[in-house]
Amino acid sequence: MGPEEFDRNVELALADAQLRRNFAFAMGSFIARRQAVFSDAAQTERLRGQGQALKRRVLSRLPELLEELEANCTRNGIQVHWAETPAVANRLVLDIIERHAATRVVKGKSMVSEEMHLNAFLEKHGVEVVETDLGEFIIQLNGETPSHIIVPAIHKNKQQIARIFHEKVPGAPYTEEVEELNAIARATLRRKFAEAGVGISGVNFAVAETGTLCLVENEGNGRMCTTLPPVHIAVMGLEKVVEKLADLPPLLRLLTGSATGQFITTYVNLISSPRRACARPCSACAAAPASTTARSTPGSAATPTASSTRGRSARSSTPRFSDWTRPAPSPRPRASAAPARRSAPSRSPSPGCCGACATRRCHRRPRAPCPATAAAAAERSGWPGQGGGISTPTRGSTAC
Amino acid sequence: MTETARDRILARLRSAPREEAPRPPEPAIGTAPELSGRIDQLTTRLEAMRAVVRRTTAALWLEALIALLRERGWSTLLYAPETPLGAAIENAWAQDGDGLPALVAYAEPIESFKERLFTVEAAITSTAGAVADTGALILRPDGREPRLMSLVPPVHVAVLQAQSIFATLEDAMRAGGWAADMPTNMVLVSGPSKTADIELTLAFGVHGPKELIVLIVE
Repeated sequence: MGPEEFDRNVELALADAQLRRNFAFAMGSFIARRQAVFSDAAQTERLRGQGQALKRRVLSRLPELLEELEANCTRNGIQVHWAETPAVANRLVLDIIERHAATRVVKGKSMVSEEMHLNAFLEKHGVEVVETDLGEFIIQLNGETPSHIIVPAIHKNKQQIARIFHEKVPGAPYTEEVEELNAIARATLRRKFAEAGVGISGVNFAVAETGTLCLVENEGNGRMCTTLPPVHIAVMGLEKVVEKLADLPPLLRLLTGSATGQFITTYVNLISSPRRACARPCSACAAAPASTTARSTPGSAATPTASSTRGRSARSSTPRFSDWTRPAPSPRPRASAAPARRSAPSRSPSPGCCGACATRRCHRRPRAPCPATAAAAAERSGWPGQGGGISTPTRGSTAC
Repeated sequence: MTETARDRILARLRSAPREEAPRPPEPAIGTAPELSGRIDQLTTRLEAMRAVVRRTTAALWLEALIALLRERGWSTLLYAPETPLGAAIENAWAQDGDGLPALVAYAEPIESFKERLFTVEAAITSTAGAVADTGALILRPDGREPRLMSLVPPVHVAVLQAQSIFATLEDAMRAGGWAADMPTNMVLVSGPSKTADIELTLAFGVHGPKELIVLIVE
């Protein structure tokens, strides 16, 4: 955009009374809400000082922390890619999507991806990208770009949104009720989540110490994008790295308090590795023949091959919905592993099994966990112990 | 070996001017309120975020759950059969499941379970604790109780042990040794899914659960 076009856009926006009313209302509300959360001035200043010191610390060790983050993510099974330019980053994302033969992508709100013009790039290469944050969804339907990093469609009022939905969402009635507009988006996007081959998200904080990606949100679309598709691609600027997990609480409080006037967002998602199909087998199970497990199926997806952050798995072979404009790719041979896995007989624990490695994909109902696992689980859950079984976190298996 | 993008990025960062910055001192640990104070604070915060909180006891929690289910009349309840909570629910249903929602076990891989998952009316999960000062449940989903249980069904019922309510997130992290043992996924949940993307009008259940119901077991 040249300076002349910019000047012209400014004049147009200033002349738009509707737009000015929308913004004045929104910004006024945000300021009031932030003040309510940060009501104690001295405490707020202390918190801001702490946040500033933590960020300065990151800048003083940026290359070292990025290497530490990469090493810990890699150890956790997350693949890390580096890009010097937006063009390279876009290409890396496309390569991952193509490697998984995906044509349908769901996306959580990510400002760095906006700056990369990722959607336009992917669309140009035949990939259908659906923005799933409600505000982003609205403006994507209308072919616009976000006007605010928290509330991307803040320049639209409900009448304008009602028209966009009615015209652009197949079968959507015209309604100005906010609840009904939300319900239209919910119904439309749920299908997209279930059918997408890849989910893309941003990152709010990446913890070097643990290789953890932290994402905050209120809607749940971010959790959907990072959990439902078989592959998750997280895009981050290198300034998102933080040193320690313990740095998150003050930074989260500053972020959510300043951004939306909340003590905490509805969801704070901490992702440290791709989904694990099965805990690590204990020595007894590892030694036993695995002839009855799904893992013996050639090409089975039961063992995740960590992709960008999620295990590769078989895709659903029958698309039930037709409002994606791109056809679903035909199932590849490995997809046939899914029915085989479903019917695979349950495996009995090996004699001497610690129980910790027993998830439903290996064999059901561990009854005799090893003492270390049981103690760790009991400590963590504090459950009074109705019923049988022990809640064993996946990582707990390393205790025995 | 050819120089990679990674090498060039790190080299540029290393050659850039840097200011020394020590790690800031950890803020002093405040005295945590008594358990009853933590429960009250958590309840207040969760309710402010439109979660429904019911307090019960270890002896009565199943009755409280059953009362809730009869009251609300959901037809299906998703549960995790391999957790202690799931086992307790199975036992209770085996004794008298009359008038209770049909149990749906999350007991197969997501690839084959996805469609079913999108049709259940409510799900029940355990929790790994809670944070009182901001108001949030700590979920530690795993292969037995997958993270989608607390996300996809329209209602999420969470069972929380009162003694695992921490005063702050810092306390929870320290006491649980999180930094040394991060699982695949952890989620803090402070209420039902919400959005204010249309005219800043607050609306619930835009993508995740429309309702969050917390049973605090004292």
